Amino acid sequence: MSFLRRLLAIPTGAVGVVLLAVIAAAALLAPWISPGDPLRIAGPALLPPFSDPALPFGTDRLGRDVLAGLLHGARTSLIVGIAAAAASVLLGSVVGTIAGFAGRLVDEALMRVVDAFQIVPGFLLALAFVSVAGGSLPTVIVAIALSSWAQPARLVRAEVLSIRERDYVAAARVIGMHPLEIAFKEILPNALPPVLALAAVIVAAAILTEAALSFLGLGDPNVVTWGSMIAEGRNVLRAAPFLSIIPGIGLVAAVLGVYLVSEAAGEALGRGGQP
Amino acid sequence: MHRALILVRRRAVSAVPVLLIVVVATFLLLEAAPGDAVDAYLLSSGGGDAALAAGLRAQYGLDQSLLSRLILYITALGRLDLGWSVAFERPVKDLIFERLPTTLLLMGSATALSFGLGSLLGVVAGSRPGSFRDRALSIGALTLYAIPGFWLGLVLVLVFSVSLRWLPIAGIETIASGKQGLARALDIARHLALPVAALGFIYLALFLRVMRTAMAEVWRQDFVLAARAKGLTRRRIVWRHVVRAALLPLVTVLGLQSAGMLGGSVVIESVFAIPGFGRLAQEAVAGRDAPLLIGIILTSAVLVILVNLAVDLVYAVLDPRIGASEAVR
Repeated sequence: MSFLRRLLAIPTGAVGVVLLAVIAAAALLAPWISPGDPLRIAGPALLPPFSDPALPFGTDRLGRDVLAGLLHGARTSLIVGIAAAAASVLLGSVVGTIAGFAGRLVDEALMRVVDAFQIVPGFLLALAFVSVAGGSLPTVIVAIALSSWAQPARLVRAEVLSIRERDYVAAARVIGMHPLEIAFKEILPNALPPVLALAAVIVAAAILTEAALSFLGLGDPNVVTWGSMIAEGRNVLRAAPFLSIIPGIGLVAAVLGVYLVSEAAGEALGRGGQP
Repeated sequence: MHRALILVRRRAVSAVPVLLIVVVATFLLLEAAPGDAVDAYLLSSGGGDAALAAGLRAQYGLDQSLLSRLILYITALGRLDLGWSVAFERPVKDLIFERLPTTLLLMGSATALSFGLGSLLGVVAGSRPGSFRDRALSIGALTLYAIPGFWLGLVLVLVFSVSLRWLPIAGIETIASGKQGLARALDIARHLALPVAALGFIYLALFLRVMRTAMAEVWRQDFVLAARAKGLTRRRIVWRHVVRAALLPLVTVLGLQSAGMLGGSVVIESVFAIPGFGRLAQEAVAGRDAPLLIGIILTSAVLVILVNLAVDLVYAVLDPRIGASEAVR
């Protein structure tokens, strides 16, 4: 708990925690605050915000409740962001550990693959993958993970290379541990801390990539996302600008929250290390 | 510049296997797609019977085995032939070269804006680490960094095109205006102002933060203390010593962000209806045009390699300690 207290003591960290807490609460409570399908027609079309207490944020072109979309969209953004980052860090850690620990030819081959994934613009790769696999939440998650695992892989490999020469790894070798066991039990856990800091950045990037994919109409058509709400509102940008602006603010709040918390966490951990 | 030549040659050699991996992986990925370009073509042209579909498949070589098509594609690549776009009924290479200049102009302008303004504001923030203006600029940059480019684009359109009516809403130039020379350049600049801002602002924040962090590091070093002890003015220490030493990481980021910016141009060009390379990628996806999509991905990979090579060359010039062998990694 002392870590959370240190985090809250940093003003930017406190703001970040509040932002993320509000969005997480919206995501968790969405089925209770706005029950039912958020894509159903809830009232007259293009109702402006703050004009009907039952529909506080108004309705879109098809009469769908904007507040319901906003709450359920928070769910989608957080699920995609966290799941894609987890998959990306997992894949990157496995590849990076194998490359760093196996060395020589395996390392060379795996790092060329990492290079290949790093020089192709991630968004293009995600676009191509979703166009092939179809727009559904799992394929979007896989697409984002595929476009972002190269960076953690490189980082884990660098960490593993520096850790594999330590004494305790030599000791593990001497007592006859299997190389794979050494790699994943002794080395990987010690290589993880800097990767977890990177994971926060990947969560933020994943939220933005998912929004951009949905904005282009390549996301899951059966799920509300902030990106698709912005795209939908764009059709009536002149008449009802709030339809595009409101979900965008949600996106900025979510991504900013992740950045603020990860930055303050780094600061808090750095201070925690000092006497 | 003997060192530069060695660097270029080494990079070219190491790029070949990586590009080969890109080609094979993209080829296999797009192969896994249900339906092919002929299906998409028949769907858009109102359908046709099985014989027509088979004829078209034979014509485009889609009836051959996967391996033989992959080998055919790679040998054609050796002749710089990127294949035939089914959706546009034109050579892929022509389409890409036609669309690329617009996107390069967009990206180049966005890079210039973000690098110039971002590093300048970074100097303002980093010249007094921990001061109020440092904190304000850092938090402002972080907020800017969290804004999705396509949404920022829409907001800019709302403000500058819909409300104020200062700038055009979309497109790259006024259609059939008959403008020539300087008038045309000004017209294009007016059209590009908002997309450049939408694409560049996120990187402006990035450069600001990188510059600021690098400068904060440099302030702690001994030679800055020495410069202070000599009695140099603060302005002189900032510009002659701290900024110069902090410039190197900035150049690295310049290379790293090129791939991200290329990806970002897809969405920005869609928002502003700019007929560029990024928009072509979206059109390739919509038309299930596998040869075009592979061509686009391969071209962007080559572009990213070239940008990074240029960055390494600049690096070698800026920092004479780095030999060509070390610059290769």
